[in-house]
Amino acid sequence: MPILSKNFYDFFGIDRRLTLDIEQLQKRFYELSRQWHPDRFSRKSAEEQSQALEATAILNDGYRTLRDPVKRAEYLLTDEGFPVGEQRSKDVPPELLEEVFELNMMLEELKGGDDSARPQLETARQHFLALRTAVDHELEALFAKYDASEPQSETAKQALHEIRGVLNRRRYIENLIRDVDRALNPAGAAHESVEGRL
Amino acid sequence: MGTFQIDFGESRKSKIVGIDLGTTNSLVAYMDLTGPRIIDDAEGRKIVPSTVSLTPDGKLVAGEPAKELLLTAPDRTVYSVKRLMGRGVADVQEELKLFPFRIAEDSDSVIKLRLGDRTFTPPEISAAVLKQLKENAEAALGAPVTEAVITVPAYFNDAQRQATKDAGRLAGLEVLRLVNEPTAASLAYGLDKRKDGVIAVYDFGGGTFDISILRLHDGIFEVLATNGDTHLGGDDIDNLLLRIALEDVQSEWSEDLTADSEGVQRLRRAVIHAKEELSFVPQARIELAYKGKTYQRMIDRELFERLIAPVVERTLAPCRACLADAKLTPEQIDEVVMVGGSTRIPLVRSAVERLFKTKPHTELNPDEVVALGAAVQAGILAGDVEDKLLLDVTPLSLGIETMGGVVSKLIHRNSTIPASATETFTTAVDGQRNVLIHVLQGERELVKDARSLARFDLKDIQPMPAGLARIEVRFLIDANGILNVTARDARTGKEQSVEVKPSYGLTEEQVEAMIQESFDKAEEDLRERQVREARVEADNILAATGKAQKSDAWKEMPAEERAAIDAAKRDLESVYNSSDHRVINEKIEALNQATRQLAENMMNTAVRGALKGTKVD
Repeated sequence: MPILSKNFYDFFGIDRRLTLDIEQLQKRFYELSRQWHPDRFSRKSAEEQSQALEATAILNDGYRTLRDPVKRAEYLLTDEGFPVGEQRSKDVPPELLEEVFELNMMLEELKGGDDSARPQLETARQHFLALRTAVDHELEALFAKYDASEPQSETAKQALHEIRGVLNRRRYIENLIRDVDRALNPAGAAHESVEGRL
Repeated sequence: MGTFQIDFGESRKSKIVGIDLGTTNSLVAYMDLTGPRIIDDAEGRKIVPSTVSLTPDGKLVAGEPAKELLLTAPDRTVYSVKRLMGRGVADVQEELKLFPFRIAEDSDSVIKLRLGDRTFTPPEISAAVLKQLKENAEAALGAPVTEAVITVPAYFNDAQRQATKDAGRLAGLEVLRLVNEPTAASLAYGLDKRKDGVIAVYDFGGGTFDISILRLHDGIFEVLATNGDTHLGGDDIDNLLLRIALEDVQSEWSEDLTADSEGVQRLRRAVIHAKEELSFVPQARIELAYKGKTYQRMIDRELFERLIAPVVERTLAPCRACLADAKLTPEQIDEVVMVGGSTRIPLVRSAVERLFKTKPHTELNPDEVVALGAAVQAGILAGDVEDKLLLDVTPLSLGIETMGGVVSKLIHRNSTIPASATETFTTAVDGQRNVLIHVLQGERELVKDARSLARFDLKDIQPMPAGLARIEVRFLIDANGILNVTARDARTGKEQSVEVKPSYGLTEEQVEAMIQESFDKAEEDLRERQVREARVEADNILAATGKAQKSDAWKEMPAEERAAIDAAKRDLESVYNSSDHRVINEKIEALNQATRQLAENMMNTAVRGALKGTKVD
């Protein structure tokens, strides 16, 4: 039996790039699904069945990660020794300090039953969505910078370092959008905020 | 001496059947050379009602006979048990107001239903339905059936799926795959002929509602999102009509029928009949003749639609949520497929058409399409169907309890399955030997709002200072949508033992015990049958001997042989009531031996007599 790589890039047999052709990725996902899905092994030995289960789990987890630019970047960063996460919503990025302060005031007002804060929150929401789009463009440029650099080079490390910073800012903005959405539409709070797309 | 090489190759190729285990009705299908085909029972019926009854001699019967017993023996008969699969008593309080389930007092995380003087869990009841389907399939295919694909509502949680799998095992079926009902339906529809596109499957059955959105690409059926309500179906419409009819009867007859099980069941039948008619004609009559009294009422479609509008509306919210999860607008849906008996209702069809802005497919019989799809999936597993592949998703997020009663999500809903997540756990105090992990399912963020799935106990952790242990736990949702948990010590790489305590449903040991019990029962049944057969044979030989003793041949027998025959007769009569068939058979054989000469003599006499009477020219 072939040895399975747990590394998503290796499993898909694609280069370790941050910019990916999603259509290509999907095609590869379908090919590998046809090869590995447990449905294809139901008449095989227990050993082969468990390998198929294992392989498909890696395949599906990998597809879910790689097709999403943010998850993909987080995965590659972690894999390259740049752990992400943990500093979630605590540290406010300095350039957002003022806006976050104002936003919290508005959220308090709305919570206190003052519906006049609603239009302001709508405006704030649009503003944060625009910020997220800007961040996504920034990420796109950094992805290109990383992809163009020599692997393991200083330029590559520098790019990853910058990407980590931008991802933290993006996560912060994402949480703000979620808070605003929840305040504006408490009924829909059970549904998670729509994930951003690059 | 040479040995035989026994070829099991053929038996491995025995048919895998596809089963739609529905709330109201169940069907079994298989794949033949031309495509999927529903299997009829001995009377030519395709549908086996999911109704089960306990007969006075202690046997469970399922299907049409049980449906009849619902009228005459309602306290020994149960229907719609799918609503109770994988649920605890606290979950089903609403159902208890509407359904005549008799829950045993000692029910708790597993419900026990009272039928007559015995109790059964929902998987045992479902197993009786599955056994009936298995028998029908074996009779039709002329071969044992031991493997099956069983369909479940897409929105079934882990416990409900596990309960369905348990039912399969109890029925003597290896469940090779649980397939989601809407996904199975899409396989049957053959929509992959259009090669690429996005379809929605709206599945409104007897007791459950599902919506699934799929992308089709070159034979791959990729589910993008699914949503639903496992407690919403045609049953709910029946109950609305039933309530009105009961009120009518109360005022017309001045009699409260609610406590009269037989009366309620007869009225229920009458309203279902009217409901079904209303899908085809503008008005229908609800009619009941019972205990010398009659009740009649016309109901027109307008009133019917006003009545059921809230139920139909309840199906639309999951549809919208599903679209949002798939990140699609209604305009992006190319085709909509209708599944389940309740989609025959015109109001349901128009509501779906309005939402998706496209005329839904209704070409295939909505009662049969899920079973047909299950048979296609069985064909895929058998390797007979190679061009199709289903990629399904988990309907609910999976998480673990963390500090402060908060759920930390590990695998999000609508993730393609199999899907996995790995988390590392450690100890909080020095020398701690166990770590308990509480796994939950659902979208809510607080443990108290989410549904508990199971507690996994990591046992025999090597004692060491707090925080030093590193136990890597892998959560894997398999292709059936069922969670598997494995753990290993990250420091030593050694497998870590995990004990599973399911929050709802049967433990592995309980299922094993039930299977063992059914084996024991089967053995008991076999013994009983053998004794009965031995007695029948004894009756025959005793009667034949008695007759022979009146013949001429008997008189010609030597005295000692006649005495031997008499003795053998008495021997057999003395063991006739034994509960051991071997003892009876032994004495039958002895009498047989003793009367051999007598029988031969009689035969000769008969031949002589016959020859005498024949003219030979």
